[in-house]
Amino acid sequence: MTPDMPAVIQVENLTKRFGDFTAVDHISFEVRKGEIFGFLGANGAGKTTAMRMLCGLSHPTEGHGTVAGFDIARQQEAIKKNIGYMSQKFSLYNDLKVWENIRLFAGIYGMKPKQIAAKTDALLKRLGFMAEKNTFVEKLPLGWKQKLAFSVAIFHEPQIVFLDEPTGGVDPITRRQFWELIYEAVEQGITVFVTTHYMDEAEYCDRVSIMVDGRIEALDSPRELKQQMNARSMDEVFRQLARKAQRSAD
Amino acid sequence: MKQFWAFVKKEFLHIFRDRQTILILLLMPVVQVLLFGFAITTDIQNTSVVVLDECKTAESRALLNEIGSGRYFDIVQYIESDRDIDAIFKKGKVKIAIVIPQDWSRLTGSYQEAPLQLIIDASNPNEASILTGYLQSIAAQFGGAEPLINVETRMLYNPQLKSAYTFVPGVIGLVLMLICTLMTSVSIVREKETGTMEVLLVSPSKPLYIIFSKTIPYFVIALINIVTIILLSMFVFGVPIRGSIALLFGVSITYIFASLGLGLLISTISQTQQIAMIISLMGLMLPTVLLAGLLFPIENMPLPLQWFSTIVPATWFIDMTKAIMIKGLGIGLIWKQWLILLGMTVLFIGISVKRFKIRLS
Repeated sequence: MTPDMPAVIQVENLTKRFGDFTAVDHISFEVRKGEIFGFLGANGAGKTTAMRMLCGLSHPTEGHGTVAGFDIARQQEAIKKNIGYMSQKFSLYNDLKVWENIRLFAGIYGMKPKQIAAKTDALLKRLGFMAEKNTFVEKLPLGWKQKLAFSVAIFHEPQIVFLDEPTGGVDPITRRQFWELIYEAVEQGITVFVTTHYMDEAEYCDRVSIMVDGRIEALDSPRELKQQMNARSMDEVFRQLARKAQRSAD
Repeated sequence: MKQFWAFVKKEFLHIFRDRQTILILLLMPVVQVLLFGFAITTDIQNTSVVVLDECKTAESRALLNEIGSGRYFDIVQYIESDRDIDAIFKKGKVKIAIVIPQDWSRLTGSYQEAPLQLIIDASNPNEASILTGYLQSIAAQFGGAEPLINVETRMLYNPQLKSAYTFVPGVIGLVLMLICTLMTSVSIVREKETGTMEVLLVSPSKPLYIIFSKTIPYFVIALINIVTIILLSMFVFGVPIRGSIALLFGVSITYIFASLGLGLLISTISQTQQIAMIISLMGLMLPTVLLAGLLFPIENMPLPLQWFSTIVPATWFIDMTKAIMIKGLGIGLIWKQWLILLGMTVLFIGISVKRFKIRLS
């Protein structure tokens, strides 16, 4: 926990309706700088919709919020420049080489070619990927791809990185390695906003919020939550809360 | 703008690394032109004919010699009885039987009407009427009798009635539609499917750059295809370009934009590559082949289909291309069609840009 740090995400009564359906129902929370914020919820609970609003992909129906100091309803372009994003679907181009992917995305974020070249080598060395610089991403194992995708998402040193179920489908050891990369990013001062299905990963977060039926039902550090609900693991906490859900997963 | 070119470069990489696809895109026009030119030809050549010559005089032999010596008909068999005709037709190789009656040369000699009988396999009515026409004109010339009314026909623009003249503009229309519309829509929808589109939309890149960069490589390929088709049709099939080449390219580029616009439009309404492909093929290729005047003249269609053909972009393109290539017309006579095509292009691109923006909010 970093209570003395300033908030980089601030949301109040954020709501999204599609017709009669309220996907996100008046949620309010804050994420502080340098925090790992876990955003949990069953499928269809409204996580993705909420995250899309924070990333500037969707307009809120009601409520307001700021991300990296910019208004989510009006300054989406400014927000986009200050965040990184990695989705549950693998999000690099399979038919581009490792360095081409890095160059493409870094270029989109306005980095200069020289800066990109130097940083690419530094990154690949640190990851131990130097030999794969000219490999087509397609040929990499899934775990490597995901590490690379994460590194690309934070290559332009955003204030916040949004990770949408980043470790889907990989084994526990690779997941653990992936989380080491997340910790490294946090040390650089990047705030991490992550959704996940894996409750062991929820334990790695500084604070987690749990969404049920479009509302945030619980928000605290994993330790506090376990204590409050008299549970031994985050898995148990999640099950107790998710049981209240009226909505079925979509 | 630098960002835009970075995207264009990426699109070229995608295409060039997909060897099979690029090969198909570059060879497809060649195959189509050759197919239309050699296989689907409506030209009459070396049609097999059988003859029942009951007259057996010098005149009748002279007439048959006249028929057989041209390149249109080959006399393959002389038969002795009209009962054989049916059996021969059923085998399918022979399309025509010519029957010269016993008293034929007596009648021609006496300046009376001298009827010949033609029996034609009309299971392909178009072909049957063309064959009849050819044979009638040969017989008329041979007869030499002065008819009461002399109709002199001149075939303008395409005196030899070569079918290449009609199919080349059509094939250009078809190929451009296929490549620009199908490939653009599929390549945008592919990024939606793989999830990279999401990442691009979360990035500060301009959405319009993302979609317009997709169209540039297909625009280039489309230009290469036009040149390929025109060269092939000039040197293999002898199709002329009588009008201005610049105008031909101007019209083609407008049509390419229309097709790219349609591709963008399809990409905004389809969620999967299969759907984009089905809409492009069924929704666009079929009308282009059937209704745009490529195979069948629009004037012969029922009225509702004629109305429908006016909303098919290829109709206007093929009309203009024929006018420029075959008739050698200038902009003064085709500006109406060009404006209609331009209007469609603006409409397609306008709607897709609007829909793309709506999807974002």
